[in-house]
Amino acid sequence: MKVDKPLISKLENLAKLALSDEEKTQLLTDMNDILSMVEKLDHLDTEAVAPLIHMSDQPQVLRKDEIKHELSKEEALKNATAKVDPFFTVPKVIDLD
Amino acid sequence: MPKYSNLQVIQSALKAGSTSCEKLVDYYLARIEKQQALNIYIETFAEEARTRARALDQKYREAPSSVGPLFGMVVSIKDVLCYKDHKLSAASKMLHNFTASFSATAIERILAADAIIIGRTNCDEFAMGSANESSYYGPTRNAIDPTRVPGGSSGGSAVSVQADTCLAALGSDTGGSVRQPASFCGLVGMKPSYGRISRYGLLAYASSFDQIGIIANSVADTAILLEIMAGADEFDSTVSAEAVPAYSQHLSFPGKAKIAYFGEAMQHEGLDPEIKKQSFDFIEALRGAGHQVAAVDFEYLAYLVPSYYVLTMAEASSNLSRYDGVRYGHRTATATSLEEHYRKSRTEGFGEKVKRRIMLGTFVLSVGYYDAYFKKAQKARRLIQDRILQVLADYDFIIMPVTPSVAWKIGEKQGNPVEIYLSDIYTVLANLTGLPAIAFPLGKNKNGMPFGIQLMSAKFTEKNLLSFANTITQNLR
Repeated sequence: MKVDKPLISKLENLAKLALSDEEKTQLLTDMNDILSMVEKLDHLDTEAVAPLIHMSDQPQVLRKDEIKHELSKEEALKNATAKVDPFFTVPKVIDLD
Repeated sequence: MPKYSNLQVIQSALKAGSTSCEKLVDYYLARIEKQQALNIYIETFAEEARTRARALDQKYREAPSSVGPLFGMVVSIKDVLCYKDHKLSAASKMLHNFTASFSATAIERILAADAIIIGRTNCDEFAMGSANESSYYGPTRNAIDPTRVPGGSSGGSAVSVQADTCLAALGSDTGGSVRQPASFCGLVGMKPSYGRISRYGLLAYASSFDQIGIIANSVADTAILLEIMAGADEFDSTVSAEAVPAYSQHLSFPGKAKIAYFGEAMQHEGLDPEIKKQSFDFIEALRGAGHQVAAVDFEYLAYLVPSYYVLTMAEASSNLSRYDGVRYGHRTATATSLEEHYRKSRTEGFGEKVKRRIMLGTFVLSVGYYDAYFKKAQKARRLIQDRILQVLADYDFIIMPVTPSVAWKIGEKQGNPVEIYLSDIYTVLANLTGLPAIAFPLGKNKNGMPFGIQLMSAKFTEKNLLSFANTITQNLR
Protein backbone atom coordinates (compact mmCIF):
# COMPACT_ATOMS: atom_id res chain seq x y z
CA MET A 1 0.00 0.00 0.00
CA LYS A 2 1.35 3.40 -0.99
CA VAL A 3 -0.22 6.56 0.36
CA ASP A 4 -0.52 9.41 -2.15
CA LYS A 5 -1.65 13.04 -2.00
CA PRO A 6 -5.29 12.38 -3.06
CA LEU A 7 -5.62 9.82 -0.23
CA ILE A 8 -4.15 12.33 2.25
CA SER A 9 -6.77 14.87 1.15
CA LYS A 10 -9.56 12.33 1.56
CA LEU A 11 -8.38 11.39 5.07
CA GLU A 12 -7.95 15.03 6.00
CA ASN A 13 -11.56 15.57 5.09
CA LEU A 14 -12.74 12.55 7.10
CA ALA A 15 -10.63 13.61 10.12
CA LYS A 16 -11.79 17.23 9.85
CA LEU A 17 -8.30 18.66 9.59
CA ALA A 18 -6.87 21.27 7.23
CA LEU A 19 -3.18 20.57 6.79
CA SER A 20 -0.64 22.81 5.10
CA ASP A 21 1.22 21.60 2.00
CA GLU A 22 4.33 21.23 4.09
CA GLU A 23 2.50 19.09 6.65
CA LYS A 24 1.02 16.95 3.88
CA THR A 25 4.41 16.31 2.34
CA GLN A 26 5.87 15.28 5.69
CA LEU A 27 2.83 13.12 6.41
CA LEU A 28 3.20 11.34 3.09
CA THR A 29 6.69 10.17 4.06
CA ASP A 30 5.75 9.32 7.65
CA MET A 31 2.57 7.45 6.75
CA ASN A 32 4.36 5.35 4.16
CA ASP A 33 7.14 4.52 6.63
CA ILE A 34 4.65 3.59 9.33
CA LEU A 35 2.47 1.53 7.00
CA SER A 36 5.40 -0.49 5.71
CA MET A 37 6.29 -1.27 9.35
CA VAL A 38 2.67 -2.21 10.04
CA GLU A 39 2.37 -4.40 6.94
CA LYS A 40 4.57 -6.95 8.68
CA LEU A 41 1.22 -8.20 9.97
CA ASP A 42 0.55 -9.65 6.50
CA HIS A 43 3.03 -12.42 7.30
CA LEU A 44 0.73 -13.65 10.03
CA ASP A 45 -1.83 -16.31 9.14
CA THR A 46 -5.06 -15.10 10.71
CA GLU A 47 -7.47 -17.00 8.48
CA ALA A 48 -9.27 -18.85 11.27
CA VAL A 49 -8.77 -16.24 14.01
CA ALA A 50 -11.63 -14.24 15.51
CA PRO A 51 -10.75 -10.56 16.05
CA LEU A 52 -10.19 -9.58 19.69
CA ILE A 53 -12.62 -6.72 20.23
CA HIS A 54 -13.42 -6.54 23.95
CA MET A 55 -10.70 -6.65 26.58
CA SER A 56 -13.01 -7.56 29.43
CA ASP A 57 -14.34 -11.09 29.74
CA GLN A 58 -16.70 -10.08 32.51
CA PRO A 59 -20.37 -9.27 32.04
CA GLN A 60 -21.20 -5.59 31.90
CA VAL A 61 -22.67 -4.30 35.11
CA LEU A 62 -25.12 -1.48 34.62
CA ARG A 63 -26.06 0.92 37.35
CA LYS A 64 -29.55 2.27 37.92
CA ASP A 65 -30.47 5.00 35.50
CA GLU A 66 -30.46 7.79 38.05
CA ILE A 67 -29.19 11.30 37.49
CA LYS A 68 -25.85 11.70 39.21
CA HIS A 69 -22.93 14.12 38.84
CA GLU A 70 -25.24 16.61 37.22
CA LEU A 71 -23.61 19.78 35.89
CA SER A 72 -25.26 23.13 36.38
CA LYS A 73 -25.88 25.24 33.27
CA GLU A 74 -23.03 27.55 34.27
CA GLU A 75 -20.65 24.61 34.79
CA ALA A 76 -21.54 23.08 31.46
CA LEU A 77 -21.02 26.34 29.61
CA LYS A 78 -17.89 27.52 31.37
CA ASN A 79 -15.41 25.86 28.99
CA ALA A 80 -17.06 27.09 25.79
CA THR A 81 -15.40 30.01 24.02
CA ALA A 82 -18.58 31.10 22.24
CA LYS A 83 -21.96 30.94 23.91
CA VAL A 84 -25.20 32.84 24.20
CA ASP A 85 -26.60 31.76 27.54
CA PRO A 86 -27.98 29.07 27.74
CA PHE A 87 -26.61 27.84 24.40
CA PHE A 88 -23.31 26.85 22.85
CA THR A 89 -22.98 28.69 19.56
CA VAL A 90 -21.51 27.67 16.21
CA PRO A 91 -21.16 29.50 12.89
CA LYS A 92 -24.52 29.87 11.16
CA VAL A 93 -25.63 26.62 9.46
CA ILE A 94 -29.10 27.53 8.19
CA ASP A 95 -29.31 30.09 5.44
CA LEU A 96 -32.84 31.48 5.28
CA ASP A 97 -32.20 33.40 2.08
CA MET B 1 18.50 10.10 47.03
CA PRO B 2 15.07 11.36 48.07
CA LYS B 3 14.73 12.79 51.57
CA TYR B 4 11.91 10.35 52.28
CA SER B 5 12.08 7.09 50.34
CA ASN B 6 8.62 5.77 51.16
CA LEU B 7 5.36 6.43 52.95
CA GLN B 8 6.25 4.28 55.94
CA VAL B 9 9.27 6.49 56.70
CA ILE B 10 7.08 9.59 56.42
CA GLN B 11 4.32 8.20 58.62
CA SER B 12 6.87 7.21 61.30
CA ALA B 13 8.26 10.76 61.20
CA LEU B 14 4.74 12.20 61.44
CA LYS B 15 3.98 10.00 64.43
CA ALA B 16 7.24 10.92 66.13
CA GLY B 17 6.41 14.57 65.55
CA SER B 18 9.66 15.20 63.69
CA THR B 19 7.74 16.46 60.67
CA SER B 20 4.22 17.54 59.71
CA CYS B 21 2.20 17.53 56.49
CA GLU B 22 2.80 21.26 56.25
CA LYS B 23 6.58 20.80 56.51
CA LEU B 24 6.45 18.04 53.92
CA VAL B 25 4.54 20.23 51.47
CA ASP B 26 6.94 23.13 52.09
CA TYR B 27 9.88 20.80 51.48
CA TYR B 28 8.46 19.52 48.18
CA LEU B 29 7.45 23.02 47.02
CA ALA B 30 11.00 24.21 47.67
CA ARG B 31 12.29 21.25 45.63
CA ILE B 32 9.92 22.16 42.78
CA GLU B 33 11.22 25.73 42.88
CA LYS B 34 14.80 24.47 42.75
CA GLN B 35 14.14 22.07 39.86
CA GLN B 36 12.24 24.48 37.61
CA ALA B 37 14.68 23.97 34.73
CA LEU B 38 13.52 20.36 34.40
CA ASN B 39 10.03 21.59 33.38
CA ILE B 40 8.26 18.93 35.45
CA TYR B 41 5.01 20.67 36.34
CA ILE B 42 2.54 22.47 34.11
CA GLU B 43 0.98 23.90 37.26
CA THR B 44 1.53 23.51 40.99
CA PHE B 45 -1.28 23.76 43.52
CA ALA B 46 0.95 25.38 46.16
CA GLU B 47 -1.47 27.33 48.36
CA GLU B 48 -4.13 24.68 48.19
CA ALA B 49 -1.64 21.94 49.12
CA ARG B 50 -0.45 24.01 52.11
CA THR B 51 -4.01 24.61 53.29
CA ARG B 52 -4.87 20.95 52.97
CA ALA B 53 -1.66 19.96 54.78
CA ARG B 54 -2.53 22.22 57.72
CA ALA B 55 -6.04 20.75 57.87
CA LEU B 56 -4.65 17.21 57.86
CA ASP B 57 -2.15 18.09 60.61
CA GLN B 58 -5.06 19.45 62.64
CA LYS B 59 -7.12 16.30 62.00
CA TYR B 60 -4.21 14.16 63.20
CA ARG B 61 -3.65 16.25 66.33
CA GLU B 62 -7.31 15.95 67.27
CA ALA B 63 -7.60 12.22 66.62
CA PRO B 64 -4.51 10.35 65.39
CA SER B 65 -6.53 7.31 64.39
CA SER B 66 -8.88 9.34 62.19
CA VAL B 67 -6.42 9.96 59.36
CA GLY B 68 -6.54 7.91 56.15
CA PRO B 69 -3.99 5.37 54.90
CA LEU B 70 -2.34 7.93 52.57
CA PHE B 71 -1.78 10.46 55.37
CA GLY B 72 1.55 12.12 54.58
CA MET B 73 1.62 11.09 50.94
CA VAL B 74 2.26 14.01 48.58
CA VAL B 75 1.52 13.08 44.95
CA SER B 76 1.66 14.66 41.52
CA ILE B 77 -0.96 13.91 38.88
CA LYS B 78 -0.38 13.61 35.15
CA ASP B 79 -2.14 16.30 33.16
CA VAL B 80 -4.67 13.81 31.78
CA LEU B 81 -6.58 13.26 35.04
CA CYS B 82 -9.60 15.38 35.90
CA TYR B 83 -9.41 17.21 39.23
CA LYS B 84 -12.52 19.25 39.84
CA ASP B 85 -12.13 23.03 39.41
CA HIS B 86 -8.50 22.61 38.32
CA LYS B 87 -7.13 23.11 34.86
CA LEU B 88 -6.44 20.09 32.69
CA SER B 89 -4.74 20.32 29.31
CA ALA B 90 -3.33 16.92 28.21
CA ALA B 91 -0.25 19.08 27.47
CA SER B 92 -2.09 20.30 24.37
CA LYS B 93 -2.94 23.71 23.01
CA MET B 94 -6.36 22.16 22.35
CA LEU B 95 -7.19 22.19 26.08
CA HIS B 96 -4.94 24.92 27.43
CA ASN B 97 -7.89 26.81 28.88
CA PHE B 98 -9.95 23.85 30.02
CA THR B 99 -11.13 23.46 33.63
CA ALA B 100 -12.38 20.09 34.90
CA SER B 101 -15.98 19.99 36.10
CA PHE B 102 -15.54 16.81 38.12
CA SER B 103 -12.78 14.67 39.60
CA ALA B 104 -11.60 11.31 38.32
CA THR B 105 -12.60 8.41 40.57
CA ALA B 106 -8.90 7.63 41.20
CA ILE B 107 -8.38 11.24 42.35
CA GLU B 108 -11.46 11.15 44.60
CA ARG B 109 -10.18 7.96 46.21
CA ILE B 110 -6.66 9.15 46.99
CA LEU B 111 -8.07 12.39 48.40
CA ALA B 112 -10.52 10.46 50.56
CA ALA B 113 -7.49 8.50 51.87
CA ASP B 114 -5.85 11.83 52.84
CA ALA B 115 -3.24 12.19 50.10
CA ILE B 116 -2.14 15.71 49.12
CA ILE B 117 -1.99 16.65 45.42
CA ILE B 118 0.84 19.07 44.76
CA GLY B 119 0.40 19.76 41.04
CA ARG B 120 -0.21 18.50 37.53
CA THR B 121 2.73 17.19 35.56
CA ASN B 122 3.92 17.62 32.01
CA CYS B 123 3.52 14.78 29.50
CA ASP B 124 3.45 14.06 25.80
CA GLU B 125 0.47 15.72 24.11
CA PHE B 126 -2.63 13.56 24.74
CA ALA B 127 -0.27 10.95 26.26
CA MET B 128 1.04 10.02 22.81
CA GLY B 129 4.81 9.67 22.82
CA SER B 130 7.83 8.00 24.35
CA ALA B 131 10.03 10.97 25.22
CA ASN B 132 7.91 13.81 26.63
CA GLU B 133 9.04 15.94 23.70
CA SER B 134 5.62 16.59 22.16
CA SER B 135 4.17 18.68 25.01
CA TYR B 136 2.72 22.08 24.16
CA TYR B 137 4.62 23.27 27.24
CA GLY B 138 8.03 22.06 26.06
CA PRO B 139 10.03 18.95 26.98
CA THR B 140 10.59 17.68 30.51
CA ARG B 141 14.22 16.81 31.27
CA ASN B 142 15.71 13.77 32.96
CA ALA B 143 17.06 14.82 36.39
CA ILE B 144 20.06 12.47 36.15
CA ASP B 145 21.18 14.06 32.87
CA PRO B 146 19.11 17.09 31.82
CA THR B 147 20.30 16.77 28.21
CA ARG B 148 18.34 13.51 28.05
CA VAL B 149 14.64 12.70 27.82
CA PRO B 150 12.79 11.31 30.85
CA GLY B 151 10.78 8.93 28.65
CA GLY B 152 7.09 9.28 28.06
CA SER B 153 4.39 9.82 27.90
CA SER B 154 4.31 10.13 31.72
CA GLY B 155 7.73 11.84 31.68
CA GLY B 156 6.78 14.66 34.05
CA SER B 157 5.29 12.09 36.44
CA ALA B 158 8.56 10.14 36.53
CA VAL B 159 10.81 13.19 37.00
CA SER B 160 8.49 14.55 39.71
CA VAL B 161 9.44 11.51 41.81
CA GLN B 162 13.03 11.24 40.54
CA ALA B 163 13.77 14.90 41.43
CA ASP B 164 12.16 14.45 44.87
CA THR B 165 9.36 16.96 44.32
CA CYS B 166 6.71 14.53 45.63
CA LEU B 167 6.59 10.98 46.98
CA ALA B 168 4.62 9.29 44.18
CA ALA B 169 2.95 10.11 40.87
CA LEU B 170 -0.17 9.06 39.03
CA GLY B 171 0.27 8.58 35.30
CA SER B 172 -1.41 6.66 32.51
CA ASP B 173 -0.07 3.69 30.56
CA THR B 174 -1.42 2.88 27.09
CA GLY B 175 1.68 1.17 25.70
CA GLY B 176 4.32 1.66 28.38
CA SER B 177 3.81 5.30 29.30
CA VAL B 178 4.36 4.63 33.00
CA ARG B 179 6.88 1.77 32.89
CA GLN B 180 9.21 3.25 30.26
CA PRO B 181 9.76 6.63 32.00
CA ALA B 182 10.09 4.82 35.34
CA SER B 183 12.85 2.76 33.75
CA PHE B 184 14.56 5.81 32.23
CA CYS B 185 14.46 7.57 35.61
CA GLY B 186 15.40 4.68 37.91
CA LEU B 187 11.99 4.17 39.55
CA VAL B 188 9.20 1.66 40.07
CA GLY B 189 6.36 1.93 37.54
CA MET B 190 3.22 -0.16 37.42
CA LYS B 191 0.43 -0.70 34.92
CA PRO B 192 -2.38 -2.68 36.55
CA SER B 193 -4.69 -5.08 34.69
CA TYR B 194 -7.17 -3.66 32.21
CA GLY B 195 -10.22 -2.79 34.30
CA ARG B 196 -8.43 -2.73 37.68
CA ILE B 197 -8.72 1.04 38.23
CA SER B 198 -11.70 3.10 37.12
CA ARG B 199 -10.91 5.38 34.19
CA TYR B 200 -13.73 7.77 34.93
CA GLY B 201 -12.07 11.16 34.60
CA LEU B 202 -9.03 9.92 32.67
CA LEU B 203 -8.80 11.57 29.23
CA ALA B 204 -9.22 8.79 26.68
CA TYR B 205 -6.45 7.97 24.22
CA ALA B 206 -6.96 4.31 23.21
CA SER B 207 -9.79 2.88 25.27
CA SER B 208 -9.01 -0.82 24.96
CA PHE B 209 -5.45 -0.13 26.20
CA ASP B 210 -5.52 2.80 28.67
CA GLN B 211 -4.93 2.23 32.39
CA ILE B 212 -4.04 4.60 35.19
CA GLY B 213 -0.58 3.69 36.48
CA ILE B 214 1.68 4.52 39.41
CA ILE B 215 5.29 5.73 39.63
CA ALA B 216 7.04 5.57 43.00
CA ASN B 217 10.37 4.96 44.72
CA SER B 218 9.20 1.68 46.19
CA VAL B 219 6.97 -1.30 45.49
CA ALA B 220 5.30 -0.75 48.87
CA ASP B 221 4.08 2.75 47.94
CA THR B 222 2.89 1.41 44.58
CA ALA B 223 0.91 -1.27 46.42
CA ILE B 224 -0.85 1.08 48.82
CA LEU B 225 -1.82 3.48 46.01
CA LEU B 226 -3.20 0.65 43.89
CA GLU B 227 -5.13 -0.70 46.86
CA ILE B 228 -6.78 2.70 47.39
CA MET B 229 -7.61 3.39 43.71
CA ALA B 230 -8.64 -0.07 42.44
CA GLY B 231 -12.08 -1.60 42.34
CA ALA B 232 -15.63 -1.25 41.09
CA ASP B 233 -16.99 2.15 40.13
CA GLU B 234 -20.45 2.79 38.85
CA PHE B 235 -19.15 5.54 36.56
CA ASP B 236 -16.93 3.25 34.49
CA SER B 237 -18.62 0.26 32.86
CA THR B 238 -15.23 -1.23 31.90
CA VAL B 239 -13.88 -1.44 35.44
CA SER B 240 -13.89 -4.86 37.05
CA ALA B 241 -15.92 -5.79 40.13
CA GLU B 242 -13.14 -8.24 41.07
CA ALA B 243 -12.38 -7.90 44.81
CA VAL B 244 -9.37 -5.74 45.70
CA PRO B 245 -6.89 -7.51 47.99
CA ALA B 246 -4.99 -5.51 50.62
CA TYR B 247 -1.90 -5.36 48.39
CA SER B 248 0.08 -3.37 50.96
CA GLN B 249 -0.34 -6.16 53.52
CA HIS B 250 1.01 -8.85 51.19
CA LEU B 251 4.46 -7.72 50.21
CA SER B 252 6.32 -10.92 50.93
CA PHE B 253 6.13 -13.62 48.24
CA PRO B 254 5.68 -17.07 49.72
CA GLY B 255 7.82 -19.83 48.23
CA LYS B 256 9.47 -20.08 44.85
CA ALA B 257 8.22 -18.78 41.52
CA LYS B 258 8.14 -20.20 37.99
CA ILE B 259 9.27 -17.52 35.56
CA ALA B 260 9.40 -17.49 31.77
CA TYR B 261 11.51 -15.31 29.52
CA PHE B 262 11.41 -15.03 25.75
CA GLY B 263 14.69 -15.88 24.05
CA GLU B 264 13.64 -13.77 21.03
CA ALA B 265 13.17 -10.73 23.26
CA MET B 266 16.45 -11.16 25.14
CA GLN B 267 18.45 -11.78 21.96
CA HIS B 268 16.78 -8.97 20.01
CA GLU B 269 19.28 -7.11 17.85
CA GLY B 270 18.05 -3.74 19.06
CA LEU B 271 18.66 -4.53 22.74
CA ASP B 272 21.55 -2.61 24.32
CA PRO B 273 24.32 -5.13 25.25
CA GLU B 274 24.65 -3.69 28.77
CA ILE B 275 20.92 -4.11 29.42
CA LYS B 276 21.03 -7.59 27.94
CA LYS B 277 23.95 -8.65 30.12
CA GLN B 278 22.46 -7.32 33.34
CA SER B 279 19.08 -8.85 32.50
CA PHE B 280 20.69 -12.27 32.06
CA ASP B 281 22.68 -11.73 35.26
CA PHE B 282 19.42 -10.98 37.05
CA ILE B 283 17.88 -14.17 35.68
CA GLU B 284 20.85 -16.07 37.08
CA ALA B 285 20.38 -14.35 40.43
CA LEU B 286 16.73 -15.44 40.44
CA ARG B 287 17.82 -19.00 39.77
CA GLY B 288 20.39 -18.69 42.53
CA ALA B 289 17.59 -17.68 44.89
CA GLY B 290 15.78 -20.90 44.07
CA HIS B 291 13.27 -19.67 41.50
CA GLN B 292 12.74 -21.61 38.32
CA VAL B 293 13.45 -19.54 35.19
CA ALA B 294 13.08 -20.98 31.70
CA ALA B 295 13.29 -19.74 28.12
CA VAL B 296 10.00 -19.99 26.26
CA ASP B 297 9.30 -19.48 22.55
CA PHE B 298 7.37 -16.42 21.57
CA GLU B 299 6.90 -16.20 17.85
CA TYR B 300 4.93 -12.94 17.82
CA LEU B 301 7.58 -10.47 18.99
CA ALA B 302 7.84 -8.72 15.61
CA TYR B 303 4.06 -8.24 15.47
CA LEU B 304 3.63 -6.46 18.79
CA VAL B 305 4.49 -2.92 17.72
CA PRO B 306 2.60 -3.13 14.36
CA SER B 307 -0.64 -4.39 15.93
CA TYR B 308 -0.31 -1.97 18.84
CA TYR B 309 0.05 1.06 16.58
CA VAL B 310 -2.77 0.13 14.20
CA LEU B 311 -5.20 -0.35 17.07
CA THR B 312 -4.19 2.62 19.21
CA MET B 313 -4.15 5.04 16.28
CA ALA B 314 -7.62 3.86 15.28
CA GLU B 315 -8.94 4.29 18.80
CA ALA B 316 -7.20 7.65 19.15
CA SER B 317 -8.76 8.98 15.95
CA SER B 318 -12.15 7.97 17.27
CA ASN B 319 -11.62 9.30 20.82
CA LEU B 320 -10.17 12.60 19.65
CA SER B 321 -13.11 13.30 17.34
CA ARG B 322 -14.80 14.84 20.40
CA TYR B 323 -12.50 17.86 20.21
CA ASP B 324 -14.61 20.00 17.91
CA GLY B 325 -14.09 23.40 19.54
CA VAL B 326 -17.76 23.85 20.41
CA ARG B 327 -18.38 22.88 24.03
CA TYR B 328 -14.75 23.06 25.14
CA GLY B 329 -11.29 23.17 23.70
CA HIS B 330 -9.51 25.48 21.30
CA ARG B 331 -11.82 27.37 18.97
CA THR B 332 -10.56 29.08 15.84
CA ALA B 333 -11.16 32.81 15.58
CA THR B 334 -11.55 32.91 11.83
CA ALA B 335 -14.17 30.39 10.67
CA THR B 336 -17.23 31.49 8.72
CA SER B 337 -18.84 28.08 8.25
CA LEU B 338 -19.31 25.12 10.58
CA GLU B 339 -17.10 22.88 8.43
CA GLU B 340 -14.36 25.49 8.49
CA HIS B 341 -14.85 25.88 12.26
CA TYR B 342 -14.23 22.16 12.87
CA ARG B 343 -11.26 21.94 10.55
CA LYS B 344 -9.48 25.05 11.72
CA SER B 345 -10.16 24.50 15.43
CA ARG B 346 -8.76 20.96 15.26
CA THR B 347 -5.83 21.85 13.02
CA GLU B 348 -4.77 24.78 15.21
CA GLY B 349 -5.40 22.91 18.48
CA PHE B 350 -3.61 19.60 17.88
CA GLY B 351 0.15 19.23 17.59
CA GLU B 352 1.90 17.54 14.69
CA LYS B 353 2.32 14.07 16.25
CA VAL B 354 -1.29 13.92 17.38
CA LYS B 355 -2.49 14.87 13.89
CA ARG B 356 -0.31 12.14 12.39
CA ARG B 357 -1.94 9.52 14.61
CA ILE B 358 -5.42 10.83 13.85
CA MET B 359 -4.71 10.62 10.12
CA LEU B 360 -3.32 7.09 10.35
CA GLY B 361 -6.17 6.01 12.60
CA THR B 362 -8.67 7.45 10.16
CA PHE B 363 -6.91 5.55 7.38
CA VAL B 364 -7.01 2.12 9.06
CA LEU B 365 -10.69 2.59 9.91
CA SER B 366 -11.75 3.84 6.48
CA VAL B 367 -13.76 1.88 3.93
CA GLY B 368 -11.51 -0.35 1.85
CA TYR B 369 -8.71 -0.55 4.42
CA TYR B 370 -10.60 -1.58 7.57
CA ASP B 371 -10.25 -5.34 7.08
CA ALA B 372 -6.67 -5.24 5.84
CA TYR B 373 -5.37 -3.14 8.73
CA PHE B 374 -7.74 -2.72 11.67
CA LYS B 375 -9.37 -6.14 11.68
CA LYS B 376 -6.06 -7.77 10.87
CA ALA B 377 -4.50 -6.13 13.94
CA GLN B 378 -7.45 -7.24 16.10
CA LYS B 379 -6.83 -10.80 14.93
CA ALA B 380 -3.11 -10.49 15.65
CA ARG B 381 -4.05 -9.25 19.11
CA ARG B 382 -6.08 -12.43 19.67
CA LEU B 383 -3.13 -14.63 18.67
CA ILE B 384 -0.78 -12.67 20.94
CA GLN B 385 -3.16 -12.80 23.88
CA ASP B 386 -3.86 -16.52 23.49
CA ARG B 387 -0.15 -17.30 23.41
CA ILE B 388 0.61 -15.20 26.49
CA LEU B 389 -2.28 -16.73 28.45
CA GLN B 390 -0.93 -20.14 27.49
CA VAL B 391 2.52 -19.20 28.88
CA LEU B 392 0.96 -17.83 32.07
CA ALA B 393 -0.97 -21.05 32.56
CA ASP B 394 2.41 -22.72 33.14
CA TYR B 395 4.39 -19.86 34.70
CA ASP B 396 3.74 -17.32 37.45
CA PHE B 397 5.56 -14.47 35.70
CA ILE B 398 7.09 -13.37 32.43
CA ILE B 399 10.29 -11.36 32.79
CA MET B 400 11.50 -8.91 30.14
CA PRO B 401 13.54 -5.75 29.70
CA VAL B 402 11.45 -2.56 29.83
CA THR B 403 13.26 -0.70 27.06
CA PRO B 404 15.86 -1.66 24.47
CA SER B 405 18.03 1.35 25.43
CA VAL B 406 18.56 3.93 28.16
CA ALA B 407 17.14 7.46 27.84
CA TRP B 408 18.28 9.16 24.65
CA LYS B 409 19.33 12.79 24.13
CA ILE B 410 16.59 15.40 23.74
CA GLY B 411 16.07 16.02 20.01
CA GLU B 412 18.09 12.96 19.00
CA LYS B 413 15.16 10.97 17.63
CA GLN B 414 13.10 13.60 15.88
CA GLY B 415 13.36 12.12 12.40
CA ASN B 416 11.71 8.81 11.64
CA PRO B 417 8.68 8.06 13.86
CA VAL B 418 9.08 4.32 13.21
CA GLU B 419 12.37 4.31 15.14
CA ILE B 420 10.67 5.68 18.25
CA TYR B 421 7.64 3.38 17.84
CA LEU B 422 9.92 0.33 17.74
CA SER B 423 11.44 1.32 21.09
CA ASP B 424 8.07 0.35 22.64
CA ILE B 425 8.65 -3.31 21.78
CA TYR B 426 8.81 -4.60 25.37
CA THR B 427 6.11 -2.49 26.96
CA VAL B 428 3.16 -2.78 24.54
CA LEU B 429 2.65 -6.48 25.28
CA ALA B 430 1.00 -5.84 28.67
CA ASN B 431 -1.46 -3.40 27.08
CA LEU B 432 -2.22 -5.60 24.07
CA THR B 433 -3.12 -8.42 26.46
CA GLY B 434 -4.70 -6.36 29.26
CA LEU B 435 -2.29 -7.87 31.81
CA PRO B 436 -0.61 -6.22 34.79
CA ALA B 437 3.10 -5.38 34.60
CA ILE B 438 5.58 -3.77 36.96
CA ALA B 439 8.94 -2.25 36.06
CA PHE B 440 11.65 -1.76 38.68
CA PRO B 441 15.26 -0.55 38.53
CA LEU B 442 17.86 -3.08 37.45
CA GLY B 443 21.09 -1.18 36.91
CA LYS B 444 22.91 1.68 35.23
CA ASN B 445 24.98 1.78 32.08
CA LYS B 446 28.53 3.08 31.93
CA ASN B 447 27.24 6.65 31.60
CA GLY B 448 25.24 6.31 34.78
CA MET B 449 21.85 6.16 33.05
CA PRO B 450 19.42 3.79 34.76
CA PHE B 451 17.33 1.03 33.20
CA GLY B 452 14.80 -1.38 34.60
CA ILE B 453 13.36 -4.82 34.13
CA GLN B 454 9.69 -5.81 34.18
CA LEU B 455 7.48 -8.64 35.29
CA MET B 456 4.05 -9.48 33.89
CA SER B 457 1.51 -11.83 35.38
CA ALA B 458 -2.01 -13.17 34.78
CA LYS B 459 -4.98 -10.84 34.88
CA PHE B 460 -5.88 -9.50 38.34
CA THR B 461 -2.89 -11.19 40.00
CA GLU B 462 -1.40 -7.87 41.13
CA LYS B 463 -1.05 -9.28 44.64
CA ASN B 464 1.48 -11.86 43.41
CA LEU B 465 3.15 -9.39 41.10
CA LEU B 466 3.67 -6.79 43.82
CA SER B 467 4.74 -9.26 46.50
CA PHE B 468 7.23 -10.93 44.18
CA ALA B 469 8.63 -7.64 42.89
CA ASN B 470 8.99 -6.41 46.45
CA THR B 471 10.65 -9.61 47.67
CA ILE B 472 13.21 -9.77 44.87
CA THR B 473 14.03 -6.05 44.91
CA GLN B 474 14.69 -6.29 48.65
CA ASN B 475 16.70 -9.52 48.51
CA LEU B 476 18.53 -9.62 45.21
CA ARG B 477 20.17 -6.23 44.91
